[in-house]
Amino acid sequence: MNPLVRLRPIAFIAVLLVGWQVAVSLSAVHILPGPSEVVGGIVDLVRHGLLLKYMVASLFRVTWGFVLAAVLAIPIGLTVGWYRRAEMAFNPLVQIFRPISPLAWIPIAILWFGVGDLASIFLIFLGCFFPLVLTAMNAVQSVPAVYVNAARNFGLSPAAVIYRVVYPSVVPQLLVGLRITLGVAWLVVVAAEMIAVNSGLGFLIVDARNAGNRYDLVVAGMVIIGLIGLVLDLGMRSLEKVKSFRWSYSED
Amino acid sequence: MSVSGSVIPSPGTGAKLSAEHISMAFSRDGNTTNVLRDVNLEVGHGEFVCILGPSGCGKSTLLNTMAGFLSPSSGAIKIDGEVVRGPDPRRIFVFQERGVFPWLTVEGNIGFGLFKLSRSERDQRIAHYVKLVGLEGFEKSYPSELSGGMKQRLEVARALAVNPDMLFLDEPFGALDSITRLTMRRELLRIWEAERNTIIFVTHDIDEAVQLADRVAVMSDRPATIQQIVTIDIPHPRDIGSFRYLDLRHGIFDQLGLAHKV
Repeated sequence: MNPLVRLRPIAFIAVLLVGWQVAVSLSAVHILPGPSEVVGGIVDLVRHGLLLKYMVASLFRVTWGFVLAAVLAIPIGLTVGWYRRAEMAFNPLVQIFRPISPLAWIPIAILWFGVGDLASIFLIFLGCFFPLVLTAMNAVQSVPAVYVNAARNFGLSPAAVIYRVVYPSVVPQLLVGLRITLGVAWLVVVAAEMIAVNSGLGFLIVDARNAGNRYDLVVAGMVIIGLIGLVLDLGMRSLEKVKSFRWSYSED
Repeated sequence: MSVSGSVIPSPGTGAKLSAEHISMAFSRDGNTTNVLRDVNLEVGHGEFVCILGPSGCGKSTLLNTMAGFLSPSSGAIKIDGEVVRGPDPRRIFVFQERGVFPWLTVEGNIGFGLFKLSRSERDQRIAHYVKLVGLEGFEKSYPSELSGGMKQRLEVARALAVNPDMLFLDEPFGALDSITRLTMRRELLRIWEAERNTIIFVTHDIDEAVQLADRVAVMSDRPATIQQIVTIDIPHPRDIGSFRYLDLRHGIFDQLGLAHKV
């Protein structure tokens, strides 16, 4: 890509930042900290050694919640999608649980796990689990019959059919599902930390507001969350570029 | 393979495959559609038979039954005297080029059915069939990087690599452009002359059938049955401008034309 084209989004963000700074300095009422204050806030956090600590705390919870959900939801979804009867039994249950926001589980999470990491990991897990089950179910049902028939024709055992044909043919769809779900996990972590724990970026935002209206820190927390979300998404996207995964996008 | 099959031949002996009174009916929403009605066909060892018929007449259904993917409503398919009960690696079904596995390279696809071989045997086999179908230099390519004709050759190579004694081809060149299709027919004949598998080839293209087959089984409209078997007594390579070729082609046109006029 043309380097100038690559720079365009950065240039656009720079223009917005300047606009933000100008608007804040012209405004008579203080309703939002300007970019310079936010940068000051971030520097403050770094100086107190909190930035890294909070980032690690949030990422720790997201990783556990997300990975646990993926490890459980994908095999369950694939199995349920593969067997029609299992799907008939399981699908209504998934559809009932799926629209319940993970936030609605907060009281129960606290009741079961107390106030702490486990409760917020549980909430993130819930936020990821049902969408991932659905993704895996849909993916396995869209495996073209010719692939399965070809595999049976070559004498593969049922387990080998799943491992050598069904699994690779659902990977592209699973990756998209994982990418979207990782975004959901990152959304849920903030809410989970606002209630249940005393570290992390979500906690930072609530704490900065409660302990002296430090809105520079509130916005600093938001900016950091956004940036980490961007990096996570880029990481997941780079997985989609792996050739043996990417086939469904490049197919004519 | 069981010995008894060759010691005590069943009725319809000598044939590699025999379809005996095959009928097929599908029910959907309480309606029954009769697709095949009393189809009888014998195919000899190493023979190349085309099943020709109008679109939707049930020729693919017949082929899927022969390959063991479907069970007939009545009648039986016998191969080497044994009733077919399911798909078997000794006889491979070649789909249109969409049957190749897009997540595997050319090598990976050709080696797909060779999981029982040692690594070195497998590599040898892969190299042989890469060469046979002319895909040298593309061993590490993914199907998305190949043309339609190359994908089709890849699928044929994947089928041949397991040394099947039968190939079922379901309109394998239907999605290719007409020039590639001609080349592919020549390739297939060359491979068949080298390997001498029994081939059953489904097509709706009369020229294709007359160019390729030893015998052409012409099917009627639904519920389909075999209305005529035409022996193509022209040696390969066939002169497609010769009087005999045109004569046979014309005869089949008549057959199908009559079927449509009713």
